[in-house]
Amino acid sequence: MNFPLLAFQNVSAANPWTYLIFGLIGFAFGFTLEMSGFGNSRKLAAQFYFTELTVLKVMFTAVITAMTLVFLTVSLGWLDYSQVWVNPTYLWSGILGGLIMGVGFIIGGFCPTTSLASASTGKIDGMMFMLGGFVGAFLFGETERFFTHWYNNAGYYGRVTLMDVFGLPTGVVVLMVVLMALFMFWGAEQLERIIGKKDMSREPKLRLYGAGVVVALALVVVFIGMPSTEEKYEKATILRTVSELQADGTVKEVQVKYTAEEALSQRIVQITPAELFKARYDQGLILTLLDVRPEADYNLFHLRGALNIPAETLKSRIPQLLATSAPNAVYVVMSNDETLATQAWRLLTAEGVPNVYILEGGINNWITVFGHTDPEIQPRSAALDEQLKFLFPAALGDRYECSDPDPIENEHIEFTPKIQLQIKRDKSSGGCG
Amino acid sequence: MTVSSKPVSKPFDLKALFNRPAKPYVHPYLGGVILGIVLFLALFFTGNGLGSSGATSRLVVFVQDQFIPDHVDRTPYLLRMAGGDKNPLDDWLVPVFFGALLGGFTSGLIFGRVKLETTKGPRISDRTRWMLAFLGGVLFLYGARMARGCTSGQALTGGAVLSAGSWVVMLCIFGGAYGLAYFVRKLWN
Repeated sequence: MNFPLLAFQNVSAANPWTYLIFGLIGFAFGFTLEMSGFGNSRKLAAQFYFTELTVLKVMFTAVITAMTLVFLTVSLGWLDYSQVWVNPTYLWSGILGGLIMGVGFIIGGFCPTTSLASASTGKIDGMMFMLGGFVGAFLFGETERFFTHWYNNAGYYGRVTLMDVFGLPTGVVVLMVVLMALFMFWGAEQLERIIGKKDMSREPKLRLYGAGVVVALALVVVFIGMPSTEEKYEKATILRTVSELQADGTVKEVQVKYTAEEALSQRIVQITPAELFKARYDQGLILTLLDVRPEADYNLFHLRGALNIPAETLKSRIPQLLATSAPNAVYVVMSNDETLATQAWRLLTAEGVPNVYILEGGINNWITVFGHTDPEIQPRSAALDEQLKFLFPAALGDRYECSDPDPIENEHIEFTPKIQLQIKRDKSSGGCG
Repeated sequence: MTVSSKPVSKPFDLKALFNRPAKPYVHPYLGGVILGIVLFLALFFTGNGLGSSGATSRLVVFVQDQFIPDHVDRTPYLLRMAGGDKNPLDDWLVPVFFGALLGGFTSGLIFGRVKLETTKGPRISDRTRWMLAFLGGVLFLYGARMARGCTSGQALTGGAVLSAGSWVVMLCIFGGAYGLAYFVRKLWN
């Protein structure tokens, strides 16, 4: 999965081509809207009186075309859906905002981009809408603080797709949306014929073939299905910057790419308890500790601040992780030894969660390093993998001293640093928000 | 002696360029397919879709930041776009915004639709139309920022990637417009 390209996730002065690329996208966008007639407010408003349904046709054709192509390339393994911006769901502000937009639409006769197409071709009403738009955006910026809590929290569900809501496979949702859109087009043509008195025999037959093509592509998506976790895992890569001593004695920073499995076997992503301990005080990182052991073990002992996400439930929590991961978010998975944590690491890596590390030696190792002086924690011989090698008097959870070792006592602890922030897409932005 | 009166052809006739006969619009399904392909290519190569209202906010806060930067730094909504040294124009939405202006203009130029005029229903005056267009713009962008996207960002892009929230926003935009349509029918018909 090579796409989307990391270099183009946003504009950057380091890569000036990005400005051109986004400018070209905008150019094509504005051009297409204008040539479809969206510079004319009357044509846009006619939509709402059923005389002419150009808006519906253009919009939904665009949606099903893009949607089918997106999910086709996802199912072929070319496009990484986890790296594509999917608008997070803020239900109540979305509903109210949408309704207000509807009112603005029918009064003003435009939406923002169509007003650009209109204003740029000399329509004075388009220019007035644009000006009003700046005022509207200004007013929102100034009034948001009065309802900021509602705006940022009410009905926030994170990254939720229609597949999640209906519990249906992606291909099925794609097909249903395509069929729904085609049905709407048929209905629209009937309305145009009856109310708008349009002569439908002059419509190009090509549209029927086009409909067939889109349905066929949707069926392909249904049959191929979405890539499995294993398939995604095989394509996952880890990048590392390594200082290499050159032949002439200078040191050069080189980027090395590993497959996920290589990263595991070469132990690039396993960090020692010492490094994890120090990472908790690193202001530049947002550290999340994921304890994937069963709840019983977690209750006996866990690191302070660790979240208990038993391995079986991890997959369902991934959308939440993806929606909130900032560029400097680092996740450390831990289990009693390494087996469970490694499985969890594989899952998270396959699903596109960035900067995931494994606690080397697990909780057993952590206690050996930080808890060997604690008289309450008694070592015991455990024969099996993923068993706690210690006995605890009670399920005190994180109330042991080594759950949160003293920073002053352990100030000079040594380790070989392995954590490197791999810049993946900044999930906290990417849309129009 | 006769002098041949062949008209001197000007290399670049500006007046003719802006007074071409208007060509018909592209068929809606074709326009939709092309728009869909543009959206797909944007998502495929950059992971971002299309958008517009975000750029408007950024342009506004950019201007605010020139005159009242302290206010910007104290208002959380503005802070995250333009706080401190942050340049609000350094975002992919901004080139898209200006590209769309240029693209709309170019299409209008090619198809002979660049003309200083007002599009409106037959029963209202130009001035009424201008005021209502302004009001519509105020409302629409206010709603767009509240919904975190407009028809391009939420309905088109979010719709195509099957975001549940985007479909809700899309339905509400159409619901709101259809709901009010009867009451403002004199504006358009």
